[in-house]
Amino acid sequence: MHAVKLQPETSSPTKPHRLMIGIDDLSLVFETNDGPVHALSHINLDIHQGDFVSFIGPSGCGKTTLLRVIADLEQQTSGTIHVGGTSPQDARLNRLYGYVFQAPALFPWRTIASNCALPMEISAQPKSHRQAQIDKYLTMVGLQDFKHKFPWQLSGGMQQRASIARALCLEPELLLMDEPFGALDEITRDHLNMELLKIWKATGKTLVFVTHSIPEAVLLSTHIVVMSPRPGRIIKVIESPLPRDKTLALRDSEAFHALAAEIRQALASDHQID
Amino acid sequence: MKQQLKSLTQTQGFAVLTLVLGILVIWYIAALLMNGNQMINMLERTGQSWTYIQVLQGAYSIQRPPLPVPHQVAMELYQSVFNQAVTSRRSLVYHSMITLESTLLGFALGSLLGILIAVGIVHNRTLDASLMPWVIASQTVPILAIAPIVVVVLGSMNLTGVLPKAMISMYLSFFPVVIGMVKGLRSADKLHTELMITYNASAQQMFWKLRWFSAQPYLFASLKIAISAALVGAIVAELPTGAQGGLGARLLSGSYYGQTVQIWAALVISALLGWALITLVGMAERLVLNRRGLRG
Repeated sequence: MHAVKLQPETSSPTKPHRLMIGIDDLSLVFETNDGPVHALSHINLDIHQGDFVSFIGPSGCGKTTLLRVIADLEQQTSGTIHVGGTSPQDARLNRLYGYVFQAPALFPWRTIASNCALPMEISAQPKSHRQAQIDKYLTMVGLQDFKHKFPWQLSGGMQQRASIARALCLEPELLLMDEPFGALDEITRDHLNMELLKIWKATGKTLVFVTHSIPEAVLLSTHIVVMSPRPGRIIKVIESPLPRDKTLALRDSEAFHALAAEIRQALASDHQID
Repeated sequence: MKQQLKSLTQTQGFAVLTLVLGILVIWYIAALLMNGNQMINMLERTGQSWTYIQVLQGAYSIQRPPLPVPHQVAMELYQSVFNQAVTSRRSLVYHSMITLESTLLGFALGSLLGILIAVGIVHNRTLDASLMPWVIASQTVPILAIAPIVVVVLGSMNLTGVLPKAMISMYLSFFPVVIGMVKGLRSADKLHTELMITYNASAQQMFWKLRWFSAQPYLFASLKIAISAALVGAIVAELPTGAQGGLGARLLSGSYYGQTVQIWAALVISALLGWALITLVGMAERLVLNRRGLRG
């Protein structure tokens, strides 16, 4: 049950399917005072360009750790991983991905526009370009009117939207999101989910999304990676039968419920094994 | 009416006023006890009969009382601030300006030195281990012992005037800045730091775009301590240097000649000066932090 390949290399002949992330027999062990913790155990996973992949599982299943390994914020103990054809470190140094944390992590001393400018300042992009990017993506997330406000003047949902705009401003091929809507109320979350889908469709980016909400995973993803704790591992990868063009109304459909049930069963089946 | 009285007594001003009145009452009673004895001695020596009314009057008006009363100090303050030319040795404004000059120079040098040491400590593990014990040891040496050494050493290099005094102010004021800045530079939020790592930010960018700003609230807290320490340093430096001007010199000459009223007036001016300096730093703090959206 350990080794699960997402899909064969030629599953969908209709669109180009460059491999974006390739993970092969990857394990990560944290050494703690209470002995080794197997955060990730023998992970095999392929993620292709343009996919929207969700990691779902109970807390402690290693979904955030896996995302951090992709982002080069953690390093594996064994196994190999490629991101965009290079090592995660090179991918990070080349600013291949944008990372959205669970908290907005906006700098409180910068305005919203200035926060969005930060990654572009660091990568030394010209000011005119920075301004154009900020306008484009703040408009996309609906914050154009708030660009001169400071973070504390915005609600939690707006702050998180600003942090998504900030990640988009660098135009990364790959967007890594760690429970970005986890701290928000359900209504705001629904709204942002639909906006995220719109952005994903508009930009054609590859998205890796960590969540512990089954409906959110079903609503957003093309592929759902079900994970389990102790040791952190993948127990099932489900390719969504739902269309890529999704609406909130889809949540009342038969297919939606069937997929949600499949995820729930996968999570439960593992529980019985434990 | 009762309601109004109640709300009046609960205001902050009322509380402050009560406290001040209380202190004044205690002060005048203490002055009567301390100065009264001296007054009685003086009256006895004249050999004539005396009354307690004379003691009461004299206790609050003798020339060099052990404890001057507030109105005497206030009179002296008024005389030496408003009724003297600011270039006169008798003017407290003149002395304050001399002390202020070395305070501000020492504060500027000390803050700069403190920030530089803190940056070194935060970015270099060797400096952290080697420099911090010395920084702490420097503050355990009594400043009164250091001050004459500094003055003599600098004097032998023909450096006199404001610089030796400023060095002593610097010596006292760099310490809180080091401690606050080390803490502040290390206080950057973990998420913010990781965000910068995902952007492949250089060490310089990490400093100028994140750590410097994270440290600012700590820096301002330290600067408030540093500026009052710089003032103390400047005054202390004026004691052993035989300085002719400055609040320290004024305090010293007051104690030579038993001019207690003059000492108290200089003390009050030092306190006001310290309060004004800290208030200025506080205003700068609000200006900078508010503009940066950091409230508080």
